[in-house]
Amino acid sequence: MTATPVLALRGISKRFGAVQALTDVELEVHAGEVVALVGDNGAGKSTLVKTIAGVGPADDGVIEWRGEQVRVERPHDAQALGIATVYQDLALCDNIDVVGNLFLGREITRAGILDEVEMERRSRELLETLSIRIPSVRIPIASLSGGQRQTVAIARSMLGEPGLVILDEPTAALGVEQTAQVLDLVERLRERGLAVVLISHNMADVKAVADRVAVLRLGRNNGTFDVATTSQEDIISAITGATDNAVTRRKARTSDAEDQK
Amino acid sequence: MTTDLNTPADEPEPRDHAATTAAEADAGTGTTGTTGSTGTTSGTASATTEATHSATETASAAATGAAQPGSSAARPIKGAPVAPGAVAAIDPRLLVRERGFKGYLQEFGRKLRGGELGSVPVVVGLAIIWAVFQWKDSAFLSPKNLSDLSIYIVGTGMISVGIVLVLLLGEIDLSVGSVSGLAAAILAVLYVNEGMSEWLAILIALSAGAAAGALHGFFFARIGVPAFVVTLAGLLAWNGLMLQVLGTTGTINLDRDSFIVYLTSHYFVYIAVAYGVAGLAVASFLAAQLLDARRRQAAGVPSRPLSEILVRTAVLAVLAFAVAWRLNEYKGLPLALLIFLVVLIAYDVLLRRTRFGRKVFAVGGGVEAARRAGINVTLVRITVFAISGLMASVGGLFIASRIAAANQGAGTGNLLMEAIAAAVIGGTSLFGGRGSVWSALLGMLVIGSIASGMALLGIEASVQYMITGGVLLAAVVIDSVSRRTQRSAGRG
Ligand SMILES: Nc1ncnc2c1ncn2[C@@H]1O[C@H](COP(=O)(O)OP(=O)(O)OP(=O)(O)O)[C@@H](O)[C@H]1O
Ligand SMILES: [Mg+2]
Repeated sequence: MTATPVLALRGISKRFGAVQALTDVELEVHAGEVVALVGDNGAGKSTLVKTIAGVGPADDGVIEWRGEQVRVERPHDAQALGIATVYQDLALCDNIDVVGNLFLGREITRAGILDEVEMERRSRELLETLSIRIPSVRIPIASLSGGQRQTVAIARSMLGEPGLVILDEPTAALGVEQTAQVLDLVERLRERGLAVVLISHNMADVKAVADRVAVLRLGRNNGTFDVATTSQEDIISAITGATDNAVTRRKARTSDAEDQK
Repeated sequence: MTTDLNTPADEPEPRDHAATTAAEADAGTGTTGTTGSTGTTSGTASATTEATHSATETASAAATGAAQPGSSAARPIKGAPVAPGAVAAIDPRLLVRERGFKGYLQEFGRKLRGGELGSVPVVVGLAIIWAVFQWKDSAFLSPKNLSDLSIYIVGTGMISVGIVLVLLLGEIDLSVGSVSGLAAAILAVLYVNEGMSEWLAILIALSAGAAAGALHGFFFARIGVPAFVVTLAGLLAWNGLMLQVLGTTGTINLDRDSFIVYLTSHYFVYIAVAYGVAGLAVASFLAAQLLDARRRQAAGVPSRPLSEILVRTAVLAVLAFAVAWRLNEYKGLPLALLIFLVVLIAYDVLLRRTRFGRKVFAVGGGVEAARRAGINVTLVRITVFAISGLMASVGGLFIASRIAAANQGAGTGNLLMEAIAAAVIGGTSLFGGRGSVWSALLGMLVIGSIASGMALLGIEASVQYMITGGVLLAAVVIDSVSRRTQRSAGRG
């Protein structure tokens, strides 16, 4: 990967009152690459995503977009650059229907009037392409299940022809088939040459689709690994911060028990 | 989500939901989606009152998967790259709406049970109120009384339109009464005392109202002061400013042949005008609905069946021509009512069919979600408060026009409460994100009818206030209960 990265973060820091949530975080994502961002609960993954998406701008540090330094202070800035984000805490309007939510902030208009027909047609097309199953595109978001909302939120990120898609734990609330579909989707995005940042606690998912894994620990970088050449144990120890951790101890214990049988 | 996986086993023929057109539905085979007002109703005066705010498909438990043997005519959308292994996106549990008028009634009943009451309570209430007053005094539904009522509601109704927008954001504007009084005072002083041109005076009065509203919006949206407090301060301050503007005179009379008085005193005496307006409204409503259905069919998305369009148009036609007939029995169509209806239609289009309206609903439904969608929440809020101020001053001018004067009492008393009550009684939710400008009309009809009926019966104002208070409480109770029902019906 010698080309300029689509997105590069340099020295990002962010604090909330007494909590230093991020300290000097670096991250690079290239076109056609899936970077998994992993870390334990509270490691700062969502906070990092929000600095990129303009929802919670960083206190310090530089964001470079295709090699140029940019300022992302509002969600609008990120959208204008081509950064689409699916948040962990969902960002859909309950009182607006599926079509309205998909196109929220980028409605199609004809002579200043919303073109509901075109939006509905495209919504159906999009949901169908992504094999997303919801009862109707005209019911309010409030009447969808958590997983269905998640798929709508993911579908929404695909609408604006983004250059970078950030998915914050997209599969956490999904069923077996939907999870597989989201992973398929991530791969399709990569094939289309987009950059993808995928946050997940599921190592199997990460190993399945990611090219590189960036580990955050207590708000700091704790290594970047090539998925093809790194073992799951190494990644886990980077996440927990030690080779001797709860996961390895548990493993040792269970294998000891098996040996004794 | 896992449990509803639609395996090919329980769905023998993968159907393409998008391609299922109304034609197929009419043939009794499939799934017609009807969309509610958000989707298909065009900007025309949908005075038909079942303005439901959430779009919904479906109604009867019949005709699910198994009941559609004939729908083999699945036509995939051209050019839609379907993912490998994609099954048509239809949920077998989805209740399908039955065709024709019966399906329409069934869907209506289902919505009611689900708590999507919309304007149903207020229409029922209005019918009861009219029946009771007509029974007590036959002069109530007389052409003169109805004509007077239609002019009476305009002033406060205009103010209420602004309140509806503020309520949609989930906020409140307590300053509208004072702002309306201030606008009337500015107009009277500039036009009568200073001898300024009437048009310029009107323009300045309206701008002052909008500016006052924008100022409230700024303090609320930018500084973060609760809207309740900002507009409470406005209520006091603008009332003080009005008294100062009026000065020692107290009351300034507007001359009888000024444009401002003409606003509420002019009637289109030719009966052709009222009937013509009614006919035009009905025709454009029908045309818009048919055009929309055509476009939808062409695009392969569900559209309203013809029968439903005809029923809606018929209801509108009966209403429109009945009103026109009653008004023509007296002096004809009042100019003020015509202006009010045009304003209502304009705001209805603004709210439901433009980007701005969508933003208002989004902010009312979830501020953070709206912000993340790239909506400038601050700007939307300031704009809505400015509109509220503008409509307050428009209302103030209509009220001044009706009494042909600006006085120290303008904008005080229960004007504010009436404007807010009208919006809520008309069915706009106090909780934000749900409502329509037509509630200003419906709510004002209720309040105005009570006032005028009580006056006819010679009942004192004290009783009238208590009754209006009771109606408001009932409306809020209905709002709260229906919100709870909607939550449990998954439509919250
Ligand atoms: N709005 C906020 N105000 C104060 N502190 C916050 C806020 N948001 C996050 N934090 C703190 O920042 C740290 C990182 O939180 P973040 O949500 O980014 O974690 P995460 O890595 O996404 O965790 P998870 O895997 O549980 O989603 C936590 O210590 C959290 O308490
Ligand atoms: Mg998180």
